[in-house]
Amino acid sequence: MTTQFEEQPVLNLDRKDLVSKVAELKKDGYRLVQVCATTLAETFDITYSFDKAYKFTSLRLSVPRADAVVPSITGEYFGAFTYENELQDLFGLKVTDLKLDFKGNFYHLAKKTPFNETKAEAEKAAAPSAENTPGQVN
Amino acid sequence: MGKQTIIPFGPQHPVLPEPIHLDLVLEDEKVVQAIPSVGFIHRGLERLAEKREFAEMVYVGERICGICSFIHSHAFCHAIEGVMKIEVPERAQYLRVIWGEMSRIHSHLLWLGLMADSFGFENLFMNSWRIRERLLDLIEATAGGRVIFGSCKVGGVRRDIQADSMTDVFKELREIEEMSREITSVFEKDSSVKQRTVGVGVISKEDAYQLGAVGPVLRASGNAIDMRQLGYGAYGNLQFAPIVETGGDCYARTMVRCRETHQSFGLIRQAIEKITSGPIEVKITGMPTGEFFARLEQPRGEVLHYVKGNGTKFLERYRVRTPTFANVPPLVHMLAGCQLADVPVIVLSIDPCISCTER
Repeated sequence: MTTQFEEQPVLNLDRKDLVSKVAELKKDGYRLVQVCATTLAETFDITYSFDKAYKFTSLRLSVPRADAVVPSITGEYFGAFTYENELQDLFGLKVTDLKLDFKGNFYHLAKKTPFNETKAEAEKAAAPSAENTPGQVN
Repeated sequence: MGKQTIIPFGPQHPVLPEPIHLDLVLEDEKVVQAIPSVGFIHRGLERLAEKREFAEMVYVGERICGICSFIHSHAFCHAIEGVMKIEVPERAQYLRVIWGEMSRIHSHLLWLGLMADSFGFENLFMNSWRIRERLLDLIEATAGGRVIFGSCKVGGVRRDIQADSMTDVFKELREIEEMSREITSVFEKDSSVKQRTVGVGVISKEDAYQLGAVGPVLRASGNAIDMRQLGYGAYGNLQFAPIVETGGDCYARTMVRCRETHQSFGLIRQAIEKITSGPIEVKITGMPTGEFFARLEQPRGEVLHYVKGNGTKFLERYRVRTPTFANVPPLVHMLAGCQLADVPVIVLSIDPCISCTER
């Protein structure tokens, strides 16, 4: 018995083509499975995953962190509002034309958001700086 | 349009074991809109993957939820195995099915009890949980834990079930199944259950599909979609079909879970009959490089574990999309137009697991 791993194609897109491609998938009968962001050194990778009859496919945008704006797909899949508000709350992205926009209030967190730094940036921020190292004599 | 009132529902509410918050916009007793918000117990487990070695993250993944703990650990392992193209031994695949289906039964029995409690049927609630205790004892006897199994690992499983124990499991499951059928027949036939669930919280086949519903919520509206059909684990070797109802209401969602409970007993029996002897794990070498989306069927529906490895022992990204998160938009749709008194029943009908959602 061999282990079953499904095929998982990922199509890289420009953000201006996202909504039209999502509309095509909806017309073809795909359902939205998930949307997630990954913080990289220079960009955010945002992956939109769909499924139709157990056929899994994903679209991916790579947007600069300095210009982290993406169009909403809630015009096609209204259920995406949870994922897109998550992108805004936890990653600090701006989602335009969002049909149900909580404006940063979907997640009620005790900690300050967004959590959009890379691991290296978080470690650098947590490291003691030369000015505030305990015991240092100036 | 009449005068509108906003009632906050949750995060603390008598029928909610976990904190989700809904702002209910009412006209008299009728809900015209429900606005959800989450995050009250957010734990940041996804980012923990940047600081824990990928093999250790199995323990974290399993602790995302106390009900579908084993399936979370299975999903994480399946994702890593997908990235590293690891062939899991056949015996381990069957053991994963056995523990996975035990998880499904105990989750559905737990939910049936909570559902009965939500409409005030205390005796049914207590009987559902009494039966569930027998199953938890069986899980403890085979896996060593009642909540956290600790059995799954990347490349296989940590524990085996010996042949003589397997016979005991078979016999015990038969007794639990008989008791479960008595309970589920009450849910199916009792008039007071029907009065609170039939025609309540209806969502159509198309709306459930388009809004991204998963699991029993999706199947109770007539969509035959069950991730176990992908054939992961040993499911590819077992005979079963998705359980489907067409009513799209709270009663249909209850019936799907009742029938899935029966189906899970059958799947465990099939797995016990087909399981072969052999190793239960393979040695893992190397570090994960690449990405994989593992999609498994939890009791509440499709769960997705996404991992992205960069060739180090730490993952670059770990993402968990839980079934409850996917079922929030369908829930909002179901609540629009319902009576205030039906809100607890409708909310419970999606089997919300907020600890999963707040991974």
